[in-house]
Amino acid sequence: MSGDTLVMSGTVERGSFQLEAELRVAPGEILGVLGPNGAGKTTLLRALSGLDALSSGTIALGDLTLDDAATDTFVPAENRPVALVFQDYRLFPHLDVRDNIAYSPRVRGAGRRQARAAADTWLERLDLGALSSRRPHQISGGQAQKVALARALAAEPRLLLLDEPLSALDARTRLEVRAQLRSHLEEFTGPVLVITHDPLEAMVMADRLLVIENGRVVQQGTPAQVARQPATQYVARLVGLNLYAGTLDPATAHVHLDDGGMFTVTLNNDFADADAAASAVAGLGGPAGLSRPRVLVGLRPSAITIHTATPTRASPRNVWKGTVAALELLTDRVRVQVDANPPALVDISAAAVADLALRPGTGVWLSAKATETEAYPGPGSST
Amino acid sequence: MAFGPTAIPNDLTLGATDASKHPAVTVAATGLFSPAFVSPIDRPPDGGTPAREVPAQRPRQAAHATPARGALPWPLGIPALLAALFLLVPLAGLLVRAPWQGLPRILADSQVVDALRLSLVCASAATAVSLAFGVPLAWVIARSQVRGISVLRALVTLPLVLPPVVGGVALLLAFGRQGILGRLLDDWTGITLPFTTAGVIVAETFVAMPFLVITVEGAFRASDRGFEEAAATLGASRLTVFRTVTLPLIGPSLLAGAVLCWARALGEFGATITFAGNFPGRTQTMPLAVYLALESDPDAAVALSLVLLVVSIAVLAGLRGRWLTAGGSA
Repeated sequence: MSGDTLVMSGTVERGSFQLEAELRVAPGEILGVLGPNGAGKTTLLRALSGLDALSSGTIALGDLTLDDAATDTFVPAENRPVALVFQDYRLFPHLDVRDNIAYSPRVRGAGRRQARAAADTWLERLDLGALSSRRPHQISGGQAQKVALARALAAEPRLLLLDEPLSALDARTRLEVRAQLRSHLEEFTGPVLVITHDPLEAMVMADRLLVIENGRVVQQGTPAQVARQPATQYVARLVGLNLYAGTLDPATAHVHLDDGGMFTVTLNNDFADADAAASAVAGLGGPAGLSRPRVLVGLRPSAITIHTATPTRASPRNVWKGTVAALELLTDRVRVQVDANPPALVDISAAAVADLALRPGTGVWLSAKATETEAYPGPGSST
Repeated sequence: MAFGPTAIPNDLTLGATDASKHPAVTVAATGLFSPAFVSPIDRPPDGGTPAREVPAQRPRQAAHATPARGALPWPLGIPALLAALFLLVPLAGLLVRAPWQGLPRILADSQVVDALRLSLVCASAATAVSLAFGVPLAWVIARSQVRGISVLRALVTLPLVLPPVVGGVALLLAFGRQGILGRLLDDWTGITLPFTTAGVIVAETFVAMPFLVITVEGAFRASDRGFEEAAATLGASRLTVFRTVTLPLIGPSLLAGAVLCWARALGEFGATITFAGNFPGRTQTMPLAVYLALESDPDAAVALSLVLLVVSIAVLAGLRGRWLTAGGSA
């Protein structure tokens, strides 16, 4: 059975909050939706599942129009072939596990025996057989997560939505369930959306990521792309990168940062187009400013070297001065927060912290090779 | 006509009537059901749920009780003791003065049996009618977005505070043979409600249904809409959601509301005697029988009151177990 493609392009309004989203998810593809709290992730799921209506735009699943504000088409939640696994699972407390899973077949017209048989299939497939006669309050969080997934899958949806599926679990359970969940989701033939605010979860579970901030889609791409070239400070922080916005002077490979400071970068293939565009603009006699494309520069905290004296060895390096603001012990290294122009997070070993006698207030020099910088077109660079 | 069969009340009858009429309601309202019953009225417009607040406070009280033991401040302790005595002494008096010797003879009287049977049948029927119509009404009041629904809510609860006799008069004006609707009913079907057993059920429903509505409405309002959304995403229509999720989830409140309603109907006096009169075997329920017996045979009145008290206590006791079980599993 081949699935349908989900295509959404529209706006959802909830009170004064507005979400604008455009997305396309192929059958069998798992799209991770990443964003801070209040970004509009749950609003997106509510619109897709039919709990809220679009104020403009359309949602279509294959050849089925689920919502079209222009023609007043709206398929309510109960008639959509869409299942939603809620963040808090929402297992019916008055039904046992098996009847929870049998709920959808039952209300869609199956007889009691038939619905229970369907539930039993899912109980077995998700290895939940031993729990079938327990009530939701008698099972663990990890088990409840699986039951919620089984209940959603038993509805035989053509689109599956998961709202922060692992956030209600403790750290250890989360590890176990994450691996299992990924394999269950891979068996699903339709499009899948998984909402999360945990970048690792998103990387592990999703084929592709969509980042939402303040009701806007700010980035889409494979997990690798998003991790290497974050589009916003939020994403950069999630994936642990220093991120700087500025304008590129292609001739000198200098990036003049918006907040002051300058980096020398190595230009990679991403700028083949940007260069061409810049030259084209320059050739047409456009304003000089347009020949300097907007770029983002990503810099790994471990690619920055910290010195307590002026670095003497001359090399094509970016060197700048600052003050240690804070130190934080991560599992195997120390993250040093340096107030500088530009500011930076630097990862060094605990031994290095001791050797350099770093403490808040210590004056330091930072250096980074041009080859360690990742410069790529920033927002607003293409148009 | 409606006042015909009843005697002019004197001090004794008034006091006795109160004692026989109120235990069922008073005990229920101050004991087990106070969270479910009292707080829907007191609750802020869209505030928290009383049924949840009370269990949350219990452990706190228990924790504070330990250091404070033996130091109960007398300005609280003494009035509390007096209040408890005030509520319990009349009931004790009923037990003390009960004509235990003659009890079998009095209770075997066919008129007493008739009154008891009629009371149970009518109270149960009134509860059934209240469930069938009051639960949907409660749902509409709790969930409707229509403007002015709060006015309806206030009007619906009016019979809670309305003197039952006034309710009876109002019922006569509406459903009496010359009443607004009663005349049409008589013309079209030949059915008249006043002074019939059906009239008793109508009067009891009028007075008791608000107890059910107000309890269940509070539960609907407080219930977690998340489960209903989940049911909708699983393919349940709104009616199916109501039947398979909403109603089962408010089960304990539904039971509490039904019992309050039943107890109120069982003790109903004023509206019943006004609207349905006092005909033995047809409209004479236990409270009416008690009232009448006080004139002729005070011993019988005490015995009948005792029976009502026993029924009330039995209902409370029977319910307490189920209530606690439901509370424990939620």
